[in-house]
Amino acid sequence: MPETNSVQAPTPTLEVPFESWGRYPTYPARMIPLNWQTDFPAALAGLHNGALPVGMGRSYGDVCLLKGGNLLLTTGMDRLLHFDTETGILTAEAGVTLAQILDFAVPRGFFLPVTPGTKYVTLGGAIANDIHGKNHHVAGTFGAHVTEFELVRSDGSRRICSPTENLDFYAATIGGLGLTGVITWAKLRMKPIVSRGIDYEGIQFHGIDEFLDLTRQSEHIEYTVSWIDCASTGKNFARGVFMQGDHSKVPAELKPSPEPKLVFPFDAPGFALNHATVSLFNTAFFHKQLKPRVVALQDYEPFFYPLDKVLHWNRMYGKNGLLQFQYAIPWESAREGTIAILQEVAKSGLASFLAVLKAFGDVPSPGMMSFPQPGITLALDFPIKADKSFPLFERLADMTRDFGGKLYPAKDAAMTAAQYQTFYPQWEQFARYRDPMLTSSFWERVTGDRPTL
Amino acid sequence: MSTSPATSSSLQTAGHSGPKKILVLGATSGIAEATCRIWAKQGARLFLVARNADKLAAVAADLKTRGASYVDTAAVDLDDTAQHPALLAHAVNSLTGMDVAYLAHGVLGDQPRAEQEFAHAAQILHTNFVAPVSLLTWLSNYCVQRHAGVLAVISSVAGDRGRKSNYLYGSSKAGLSAFLGGLRNRVDREGVTVLTIKPGPVRTAMTSAMKGSEKFADVNKVAQSIAAAIDKRKDTLYVPFQWQPILFVIRNIPERVFKKLNL
Repeated sequence: MPETNSVQAPTPTLEVPFESWGRYPTYPARMIPLNWQTDFPAALAGLHNGALPVGMGRSYGDVCLLKGGNLLLTTGMDRLLHFDTETGILTAEAGVTLAQILDFAVPRGFFLPVTPGTKYVTLGGAIANDIHGKNHHVAGTFGAHVTEFELVRSDGSRRICSPTENLDFYAATIGGLGLTGVITWAKLRMKPIVSRGIDYEGIQFHGIDEFLDLTRQSEHIEYTVSWIDCASTGKNFARGVFMQGDHSKVPAELKPSPEPKLVFPFDAPGFALNHATVSLFNTAFFHKQLKPRVVALQDYEPFFYPLDKVLHWNRMYGKNGLLQFQYAIPWESAREGTIAILQEVAKSGLASFLAVLKAFGDVPSPGMMSFPQPGITLALDFPIKADKSFPLFERLADMTRDFGGKLYPAKDAAMTAAQYQTFYPQWEQFARYRDPMLTSSFWERVTGDRPTL
Repeated sequence: MSTSPATSSSLQTAGHSGPKKILVLGATSGIAEATCRIWAKQGARLFLVARNADKLAAVAADLKTRGASYVDTAAVDLDDTAQHPALLAHAVNSLTGMDVAYLAHGVLGDQPRAEQEFAHAAQILHTNFVAPVSLLTWLSNYCVQRHAGVLAVISSVAGDRGRKSNYLYGSSKAGLSAFLGGLRNRVDREGVTVLTIKPGPVRTAMTSAMKGSEKFADVNKVAQSIAAAIDKRKDTLYVPFQWQPILFVIRNIPERVFKKLNL
């Protein structure tokens, strides 16, 4: 049936399972598309059990899920409303993806101020999770570059939020996990580039101390991140590759990106990922870089989005899905805590393919509930093995707490309410800004709050 | 179908060069919006018509941002045929001419309701058939006078054969397709192209949450096919193209068999 210019409100559809990127948990919910800035809250008339705005579903756990509720799909709100080539400020609807923004901006000589490891996230999702990138040490979080946005509440009120207007809602919404209202549009400060290229350097390191030395030496480099081998013990313990880069300053053609071609076609069988295969992968990754130091001019796509080339790479983890675990531990205990947690992971025998290590800088986020804080962050992902994964996660979360750190809600499906409330003691203050109609399975899990719709 | 050999494949046949001048009726529909993004990127001049002013403003801002060299709008209910001549004259004046008119408005309607309520059935026929006939009467005469122009109209595969699940919508589109065939027959020799677009189910923002929508055609690919068919001055476009053989089979099922099917 062809698309029509009909007048009906968006049609609520049957309950369908909506998967987060970790594919765990999955809950049925009613999908309600928000295609226009005026669709919310009218689209919710007569519905019950709460609602949650969602975009591309690239969060790993249950921050983008609402069991038995209504998911407000924002990806139809993907319009670019204005671009000021003088200031680099892009005004766009919240459902536009970072991929769409790059397709538009790169040929015009502009780049995202902050980008995560995938470009398939929406602008609204990037604000709601206050995402960070490889330049956190110089640029802070995504929210720091969002100069203004409109927030619509379920009572129909609309607010322009910025550092000078409705600052309280601005602070609560950046990192507010979509719970404060629906963001309809936002202004993002883009940055000029002259080339798609990244002046890349990869350096092998052996152990956390070498990582910390490299981090100090690279403070002036815009992008830094490390892959770390968390399967090896003994003399290879905490070896890794430190990767850094700056936008090339040599002007070059700013072509649009090609469409991704590879699609991971099926759910890998459960036995595909075990300690042996992951150890092999990690050893291969370490030695893929044959020399201790490699310098190259690299396109920004593989530098920032190595996995986006393979759509649905999460299927590699099989039907059970994967869990991420990401902590931020402050500098006072960052070294000690990272070593202890890596030892605990190695001891568990549970495999992590992609362990990513990075130092967070001290650029403050405007967000009240933002995750990054100065110190070390480590992200690990594990295929889900019911009997082993969750006990390990609980131990790791407790260790994180004891080292004064916290976990990242966008990557979590396992932390307890008590752990969350210790990590984010300001949660009760934040809860005052929550829209009474909006909630998530995550929020219900970590606070016990029920939807009031 | 073949392209018309009598006309150039270029749209700049009206004695000018520069950006395409395109009038879009029903500009807030998903397919129209996606097609307009392609034209915006090429720097086209666009005049957009839709009913809802807020939605129209968002679409216009988007197309301007993406590179359209000129965007003007009119928030008009196209069901009101009395307004058509003034609206179209204003649009052509605003665009300083017109190379393409793209008719994308329509309603799906509610088949069960239309079976009980003639008023609803008449509404579907009015929006999908009567109103386009009114628009195309003015537009075809404008084009004939200038011996140039493309009239691209979204009909539907549903018009190829009536089915019990949506025959009101289907018959309105069947009427439209027949009208377009006749119009083409009349104006082709005048250098005017009439393109009948027959989309199958399309995954747009509006249908993205529907059950089975992952099997629908991608709206951006549909839009690319439409923009290309307009450039090539095609007569008929089934999109995606697989619908052409499918509908060939469906049209040729004997009635005594067809009437027993649950379609």
